[in-house]
Amino acid sequence: MALLEIKDLHAAVGGKEILKGIDLTVQAGEVHAIMGPNGSGKSTLAQVLAGRELYVVTSGEVIYDGKDLLAMSPEDRARQGIFLAFQYPVEIPGVSNLYFLKAALNTIRKSRGEEELDAMDFLNLVREKMKLMEMDQALLNRPVNAGFSGGEKKRNEIFQMAVLEPRLAVLDETDSGLDIDALKLVSTGVNAMRSPERAMIVVTHYQRLLNHIVPDFVHVLSEGRIVKSGGKELALQLEESGYAGLGIHDEEAA
Amino acid sequence: MTAVAEQTGPWLAEFTGLPSIAPWAQELRESAFQSFARLGFPTTHDEEWRFTNVAPIARASFTKSLAAGQVTGLTGGAQAGTLEEARQHLGHLAVFDQNAFVALNTAFLEDVVAIRIPHGAVIQEPIQITYNGVAGHATHPRLLIMVGADAHCTMVESYTGAGNYFTNAVTEIVAGDRAVVDHYKIQRESLEAFHVATLAAHLGRSANFVSHSISLGGALVRNDVNVVLSEGTEATINGLYIVNGTQHIDNHTSIDHVKPHGTSHELYKGILDDQARAVFNGRIIVRQDAQKTDSKQTNKNLVLSDDAVIDTKPELQIWADDVRCTHGATIGQLDAESLFYLQSRGIGKQQARALLTYAFAQDIVDRIKVLALKDSLERILFEKFHEHRQK
Repeated sequence: MALLEIKDLHAAVGGKEILKGIDLTVQAGEVHAIMGPNGSGKSTLAQVLAGRELYVVTSGEVIYDGKDLLAMSPEDRARQGIFLAFQYPVEIPGVSNLYFLKAALNTIRKSRGEEELDAMDFLNLVREKMKLMEMDQALLNRPVNAGFSGGEKKRNEIFQMAVLEPRLAVLDETDSGLDIDALKLVSTGVNAMRSPERAMIVVTHYQRLLNHIVPDFVHVLSEGRIVKSGGKELALQLEESGYAGLGIHDEEAA
Repeated sequence: MTAVAEQTGPWLAEFTGLPSIAPWAQELRESAFQSFARLGFPTTHDEEWRFTNVAPIARASFTKSLAAGQVTGLTGGAQAGTLEEARQHLGHLAVFDQNAFVALNTAFLEDVVAIRIPHGAVIQEPIQITYNGVAGHATHPRLLIMVGADAHCTMVESYTGAGNYFTNAVTEIVAGDRAVVDHYKIQRESLEAFHVATLAAHLGRSANFVSHSISLGGALVRNDVNVVLSEGTEATINGLYIVNGTQHIDNHTSIDHVKPHGTSHELYKGILDDQARAVFNGRIIVRQDAQKTDSKQTNKNLVLSDDAVIDTKPELQIWADDVRCTHGATIGQLDAESLFYLQSRGIGKQQARALLTYAFAQDIVDRIKVLALKDSLERILFEKFHEHRQK
């Protein structure tokens, strides 16, 4: 059974249809890259999978681990192992990273039937994962994402992913705004999490991220539909000839 | 006038039955009662009371009783002052000729709590005073804090109680030059109680005054904070009000810069749910003499329901020309993106709402320097948001 099965998915925002029939099957252990120009619907797909209410699914279905994903609240999806690394992580003043992450991890653990981690075990876990992402521990006591640089926010997303250990991770333009060092760091973090039980959907505009996170499959999205699918070589082909080589404009009307 | 006579009638009987007191204090009482008889309870035609209808208080009948404030922490030089020591200040800071509630409180002057901090004394421990409201009763707590020059102290006023009662409090603070005074008021009255209170503070040259007003309880609440600054005085006036159900809270503040180089920072934050109603009116006066005044006022409101109402109004009276005065008010809801972010990490919607609501209040709570108070307030707020949202 596939971990994720998307069938003829249509979604709209503010009455305007963005996704116009997406079909995608992801097996555990696979890494799928979704590429496409701005406005093609990449981020919408990522947000729909995580359950953002702003996007209304007008038809189609999404089966995750044998269950109807679209019937689940965002928090239930997270508890069932879905993780979205946001393109633009929000700043939440007044809520500390430490408190936030502990609450998140323990709710997820509880729903998996695991025991909640006590303060000591939690701190040990968090320290280990922070080291992996080369993050300053002082960030733990700061409010969530508040005052973080763009790169720090992206690293924080991958750090959260490492702590929460999802079964399906959706990375929404995690490479945007990163310099090469940060990109390598983020990629190392992501690669360390590749496993036969875990699948990843990597949404990106540019091929550059895929030099570091090498996908099993590449899909090209245009005007709300997957217009081409292939192996990792498809990304290289795009790098050489651009979206225009596939007959796609680089900027699509959003 | 008939209406006023009807209102004052029941209070008159109580007034004439008061036990005797020093002649000067009796004069003060009588003069205050005359003011009350002349003013009557305010109506919504009075600009100062436009959004707050006190008819439920005017109509109710309560038995007057002693406020019986419990004072703890009078150590390290802080002393209970006598009524004689209080004489030169009582009624001079909280003036009663324009405010019926202050007039009523002064007319019922009885068990005044006066506290004196001698010149230069540095009192580490907070001085605490607690009032406990009893159903069916009206009390007129009266507190006078006299802080000598160069003295430091922290004062915590707490109000609790059960049932329907009326607390009509007046606190006067006179702070000498360079005095440092931290004042906390924790209003956790019963949800059926009426609470009207005035805090009047006169601050000396280069004194530093911080007022924290935390309002959680009460059915109908009105807080007046009136602060008068001298040269180089620094005043921080913070407030947090959290209301739900049909609670009504009105915060009126007046910050009066009389002399040059004064600084005032004001931050009031409100959280409203259900059909609750809140009023914020922030008056800042900068007198002609008060050049180089630096004044900042902020009022932020988080509205959690469709039916809650907030009226917020700055009121700036600036007579000096070389000053910096800023003000701003916001009214907002919980941020949908932040909610989604928390949910996407497995945190349930109700818990996420509670977390974000709590986060909104956090910066006011963080400014509380009395650790025990801060801890208990954090706990109270946390439980409040979680419980309320789970109903």
